[in-house]
Amino acid sequence: MLDVLNTTTVEKRNLAPRDSRKTIGTVNVPNPRMVCRNVNVYYGDKQAIRNVTIDIGCNEVLSMIGPSGCGKSTFLRCLNRMNDTIDNCRVEGDIIFEGNDIYDPSIDVVPLRAQVGMVFQKPNPFPKSIYENIAWAPKIHGIVESKSDADEIVETSLVKAGLWEEVKDRLDQPGTGLSGGQQQRLCIARAIAVSPEVILMDEPCSALDPIATAKIEDLIEELRSHYTIAIVTHSMQQAARVSQRTAFFHLGDLIEVGKTDDVFTKPLHQLTEDYITGRYG
Amino acid sequence: MNNSSTKNGSRNAGRTIDIVNKGLKRRYRKEKRFRLYGILSIAASAAFLAFLLTSIVMNGYSAFLQTCIRLDVPIEAGMIDESNPKRSDFQGIIKSAIREYYPDVTERREKRELYSLFSSGAAYQLRNNVLDNPPEAGATLSLWVLADDDVDMLMKGHMKRDVPESERRLNDRQLRWIEKLENDDRIEKRFNTTFFTSGDSREPELAGIWGAVRGSFYTMLVTLALSFPIGIAAAVYLEEFAPKNLATDFIEVNINNLAAVPSIVFGLLGLAVFLNFFGMPRSTPLVGGIVLMLMTLPTIIIASRAALKAVPPSIREAALGVGSSKLQVVSSHVLPLALPGMLTGTIIGMAQALGETAPLLMIGMVAFIVDIPGGFTDPAAVMPVQIYLWADSPERAFVEKTSAAIMVLLGFLIAMNALAVVMRKKFERRW
Ligand SMILES: Nc1ncnc2c1ncn2[C@@H]1O[C@H](COP(=O)(O)OP(=O)(O)O)[C@@H](O)[C@H]1O
Ligand SMILES: [Mg+2]
Repeated sequence: MLDVLNTTTVEKRNLAPRDSRKTIGTVNVPNPRMVCRNVNVYYGDKQAIRNVTIDIGCNEVLSMIGPSGCGKSTFLRCLNRMNDTIDNCRVEGDIIFEGNDIYDPSIDVVPLRAQVGMVFQKPNPFPKSIYENIAWAPKIHGIVESKSDADEIVETSLVKAGLWEEVKDRLDQPGTGLSGGQQQRLCIARAIAVSPEVILMDEPCSALDPIATAKIEDLIEELRSHYTIAIVTHSMQQAARVSQRTAFFHLGDLIEVGKTDDVFTKPLHQLTEDYITGRYG
Repeated sequence: MNNSSTKNGSRNAGRTIDIVNKGLKRRYRKEKRFRLYGILSIAASAAFLAFLLTSIVMNGYSAFLQTCIRLDVPIEAGMIDESNPKRSDFQGIIKSAIREYYPDVTERREKRELYSLFSSGAAYQLRNNVLDNPPEAGATLSLWVLADDDVDMLMKGHMKRDVPESERRLNDRQLRWIEKLENDDRIEKRFNTTFFTSGDSREPELAGIWGAVRGSFYTMLVTLALSFPIGIAAAVYLEEFAPKNLATDFIEVNINNLAAVPSIVFGLLGLAVFLNFFGMPRSTPLVGGIVLMLMTLPTIIIASRAALKAVPPSIREAALGVGSSKLQVVSSHVLPLALPGMLTGTIIGMAQALGETAPLLMIGMVAFIVDIPGGFTDPAAVMPVQIYLWADSPERAFVEKTSAAIMVLLGFLIAMNALAVVMRKKFERRW
């Protein structure tokens, strides 16, 4: 499957032409966790996402790829309403999570973000101790009441994030003192400490070295059994390695979405093929 | 271009480095010149500062010493009122002690001149002494009593002895009496505790800074208690919660304007609103503190907003991303990080307020107040106003008091700024 990235010749198939902007591939999955229908996002007058329709399945890793500036982060941030923090950002369309449109005025973003967690491009641990980094969110949500509850959640989260062995002796030390890869795993541990349904990851490895990247990728594979993960990545290899489904964005349009194997070996759209064969990036 | 560089790569590179080398000297000269300007301007400001400080210290250090005269006070039976010692004629006792020391002074006018060498505070010194440990009749108390400010000036060399009699405030007779004291080792300059323990006085030797220090303290307390919470709350609201619209833009512009409003305007406002409209007591730390609070608020708000802006947005995103409310983000993560900057801004604002005179003149804190204020609603002076009042007094002895008071004020300012540095160091998180 990875070979396809290195070969320049792909067998001739009937491809959708470059100028077709309609989403191609399999948008629907049998048992979706989140359902997005006709999502449009605007920054002021400028439209950053156009008519994106896609399902995100349970316990799957959906990777989003595409040239930079195509709107991957913008779309990802719609899924837990992180775009609310941007003043001129406006979202249209339906994003259904657990039967409700998350942009419905009656929806409270606080519990939403507890259920749809996020890991950012640059590791951003709180400038507090490792322990506090994990325990803070469960505390504010009232998930833990006693010290022992908190201890337990800190341990299980760190174990799940594969960081426990490395930090168990220095939980009281600053989270910002860890290496970049450890910080990112700390951020993942922080996200899973509130037991979310979905974890959004925006290029979580772009600031990391290959070894740290490999660890995170292994971690994503393990987390998949408990969580639904949507990951933005600029690395096609990474998308191929970690995801079951892949969505290809181009200039605000969702061009193609389908099983990762299919997208990388038998792309249906000319743009997808151009992109995965490295004709532009 | 591309072609030639590959063909003549080495020659081309040589040329480039030649060009670089040619310009190098000029670049270094420019840098040197710039550094020189920098050093010159720092040297100039340091020189001015040094000049200012030396002149203040040279003028003022002598105020920390005060000329005193040792007076033997014989206590005879009947001098002290047994039933109520407080009501004894201490002035009379001092005078008789002085007469005893100068037995040959008998004429009325001469006696008055003689008494005037001693401060009117001498009687209070005796009184305190007697009340603290009542002497037995027949005993002789040996007291260091304050000399009059003219004597003090003479001893400190501010008054020349060898000029014609008409040009000095002490006549030849008085100089001879002082010489007698000097010959008997009964006159010397001692540490001036009065200056640090009493309030203002018409008599320079009795005037002290303590009343003004207390007044400043109460005033600053009011200012701090009001401006810190209000300033921080306003800054946090404007920076973290307020929608960005015309109204908040308008408020922002006005806060910046307020920071530039001449301070006397705040005094006028205080006069109109707090004194005339609300009828609050004149000349008090309460009103002074409120007026200074108005003046300090813009400084604190601007500094606090800058501190909040400096908190990396990634921290806010991280906290929001795990589903915290805005208030939780602010109170758990943003405020702790912004606190050092906020404290620095507050202390700078307080230091400004501590040195402020003009607005306080408008609300009557320029009055001559002898009593040491005991609370927020007692009439009080503050240090800069005290300096202003003394600088305005005709007596030569107030010149050194003025400088000494400036030194005390500078001491407080330096202490506050040092505190700002310490606080910043303490609260700053280096992780
Ligand atoms: N806060 C913002 N304000 C205005 N435009 C933005 C903002 N964030 C992103 N954009 C624009 O939206 C488009 C998509 O950006 P983004 O989602 O960050 O792309 P990607 O993550 O795929 O590189 C870009 O053209 C970018 O310039
Ligand atoms: Mg991005």
